[in-house]
Amino acid sequence: MDKIRKNKTLMKLIYLVLTYAVVQVLISTGIITYYLQDILTTICINIILAVSLNLITGFTGQFSLGHAGFMSIGAYVCAIITLRMSTTFGFIIGAIAGAVAAALVGCLVGLPTLRLKGDYLAIATLGMSEIIRIIAVNLEITNGAAGLSSIPQFVNWVWLFVFTAGTILIISNFIRSSHGRACISVREDEIAAEAMGINSTRYKVIAFTMGAFFAGIAGALYASYFYVIKPDTFGFQKSIDVLIIVVFGGMGSLSGSVISAFVLALINTLLQSLAEVRMILYAVILVVIMIFRPQGLMGSKELSVSTLSKVGQIFQPRKGGDK
Amino acid sequence: MEQFLQQIVNGISLGSIYALIALGYTMVYGIIKLINFAHSDVYMLGAFVGYFCMTTLRLNFFLSLLASMAFCTVLGVVIEKVAYKPLRNSTRIAALITAIGVSLFLQYTTMAITGPDVRSYPAMSGFLAQSVSLGSIRITMQQIIILAVTIVLMVVLQFIVKKTRIGRAMRAVSLDQDAAELMGININATISFTFALGSALAGAAGILVGVYYNSINPLMGTLPGLKAFVAAVFGGIGLIPGAMIGGYFIGIVEVLVSGYGNSMYRDAVVFAILILILIIKPAGLLGKNVREKV
Amino acid sequence: MPILSVNKLTKSFGGLTAVSNVNMELEQGELVGLIGPNGAGKTTLFNLLTGVYVPSSGTITLTKDGKSKPIHGLKPYTICKEGLARTFQNIRLFKDLTVLDNVRIAMNQNVKYGLASSFFHLPSHRKEEEKLLHDAIELLKIFKLDHKKDELAKNLPYGEQRHLEIARALATKPILLLLDEPAAGMNPAETAELTELIGWIREKFNLTILLIEHDMSLVMKICERIYVLDYGVVIANGTPEEIKNNKRVIEAYLGEEISNV
Repeated sequence: MDKIRKNKTLMKLIYLVLTYAVVQVLISTGIITYYLQDILTTICINIILAVSLNLITGFTGQFSLGHAGFMSIGAYVCAIITLRMSTTFGFIIGAIAGAVAAALVGCLVGLPTLRLKGDYLAIATLGMSEIIRIIAVNLEITNGAAGLSSIPQFVNWVWLFVFTAGTILIISNFIRSSHGRACISVREDEIAAEAMGINSTRYKVIAFTMGAFFAGIAGALYASYFYVIKPDTFGFQKSIDVLIIVVFGGMGSLSGSVISAFVLALINTLLQSLAEVRMILYAVILVVIMIFRPQGLMGSKELSVSTLSKVGQIFQPRKGGDK
Repeated sequence: MEQFLQQIVNGISLGSIYALIALGYTMVYGIIKLINFAHSDVYMLGAFVGYFCMTTLRLNFFLSLLASMAFCTVLGVVIEKVAYKPLRNSTRIAALITAIGVSLFLQYTTMAITGPDVRSYPAMSGFLAQSVSLGSIRITMQQIIILAVTIVLMVVLQFIVKKTRIGRAMRAVSLDQDAAELMGININATISFTFALGSALAGAAGILVGVYYNSINPLMGTLPGLKAFVAAVFGGIGLIPGAMIGGYFIGIVEVLVSGYGNSMYRDAVVFAILILILIIKPAGLLGKNVREKV
Repeated sequence: MPILSVNKLTKSFGGLTAVSNVNMELEQGELVGLIGPNGAGKTTLFNLLTGVYVPSSGTITLTKDGKSKPIHGLKPYTICKEGLARTFQNIRLFKDLTVLDNVRIAMNQNVKYGLASSFFHLPSHRKEEEKLLHDAIELLKIFKLDHKKDELAKNLPYGEQRHLEIARALATKPILLLLDEPAAGMNPAETAELTELIGWIREKFNLTILLIEHDMSLVMKICERIYVLDYGVVIANGTPEEIKNNKRVIEAYLGEEISNV
């Protein structure tokens, strides 16, 4: 039993290091161009956003439409700090401070609003993120509607990888713990969960705060990579985009969120040249997917290391056949 | 004091428009429990159809109003049949995403046809361009028209919902869809009718907003749509009188905040009110809290 | 000292008084039945005891390790932690989760590792999780569900779902167990087996049990005492023999029979 576990951990580590190394080599050799790097960064940021929203909506069952609000807090805090402390250390401080600030707001907003159910919560979180956006438009330190620009750029593949892999790891560990199971039980049946000794409010707030924390990280990465942020970057539309990634990938499936972030980025890139028609097609695809596969790509299933090795095994006999 | 009354007059005009949009949200929510995000774009298209009628076709205001209501009625029913009906038994969130998809589709299709630019509404002429003065309070004819149209439409709506057969069917379906079906009510027809009614009101609101703000663009629906939804929630979602009260309340608050406070914060205040009412009385001003049976 | 003492408990919904001035005492280790016609307020009483509803007036006191504590008005999860667990009339399992997870979730309140440990799966997490898994499987064995631990709860046959609900309630380590119609929908053979099981878990886990049941064969066979509720009022309380011959009880039930025809 212990050996299997150690093997699994080892496999995971190998996959991680491999992913990092391959991309790093591709970047150094120039196969991944600057344009592709932009897309890669967007994908990583979207993965962090989707995985963290999945924790709130997919696993804990709390319908949030305010994820962009938390993202903007992370982005602004990190930008404001790195603009004054333009070092790698400053960036780390900025990213952490941004995430903590987002988590704090998440906790404060979550405590009263998480009593609400379903659509009501969705609307309350939507209102909350709109308020955050309007505050950003009006404050001096955020430079109003024009936003902040020439934010020092620190984010490269190393940071993207560390934060993305870290987020996935922590959230997937969390949901495979007793605390994570408690969150899932709140989604399944809140009344039964309470009767079994689960403090549902506590777990909702925990999930919400964690989700906000990682959304803050995503915001910090965004600010530091794209070096320009405006309040409108983090509008209602952004929250919807993240929700779409989560639902398309499958609510309650972390690997679904990751795959979905890739697929949607791919669709977006392929449609890029079509200008306005792009959004129309995007909308049509969205509706068609919801009608024919409302549970998303993965449902609530996970793609695990063992399924990956099963996929690997499919290719092995063929190798043998070639000889 | 006079300034205050003037603000109230302005607030009532704006509130009328919110109330008209909110009615569409609230009726659809009441009957199929869906936040119909596409509703705000139906209203945007209402404004565009009105613009087209008044400029290209040179119709007068009232004919344009009827045309845009008719167009939106058809549009609402088509949206329901094509996009929402296949999802009637799926999860709430899938239906919500579909609504968002439809909303994006309408926005960007409009943008592809008309271009993204802001267009200014044709100026009112004849008696519609005049205004009345009560002391130092100025009431424009536009404001009177907005209020009059709203009141007429609300009276008609109340009549349909309270006194007609189809209205009774609507109320029955919103209370208990299964029971209504067992009693021989045609669920599909009732839901389509609800969309038709709500969309007609949105069409009217669209043309009124064009008149009120003088400018329209393909993305104009989102924010007023959100605020109208806030109005519906404020009054108690699913309740027709709630949407009316909510609409006027939000309209007046918005105008007062712009007039006396900081206009930059007026939307923030609206959303703050929303969050407060949700926390204090989640079912809205007129709503009743329903507890899950254990 | 009674383990549970209910004093003048009343709950009204608007004008309707669902539970009125109920007094009830349960001694440690007792197995007590709660019967009454449909709509008598039995489940409402359960919901008051478990904190789903807040009483309009009256007190509920739970005595644990010799210490008495009022529990009325507390949240359901706090009451559960105090040692009162329940099942539901219309089975409320976590349907889309596995049998094992249903039980492990109920063990959550006794888990000792913190959030940080769950983020990084530190040694404390691993140790606790192994213990949790072991305890959960031991518990499932009692209900002959251990070989189905990875099945989804919704895929179990009806009788096993009822069993799983009891197992889940036991996982919270209760001192007092409330069973809401545990034999509902079971055939006579299943009911007989369940009757035996209830008696057995009482001994094994040193429990006090209060159960709502319509199946009189079960109630008369295992309950040492019975409370009869009608229109929210306790109309009788005593041994099965006494209840059988109680005139008011017979009237209450006959009344129902007639109105049902």
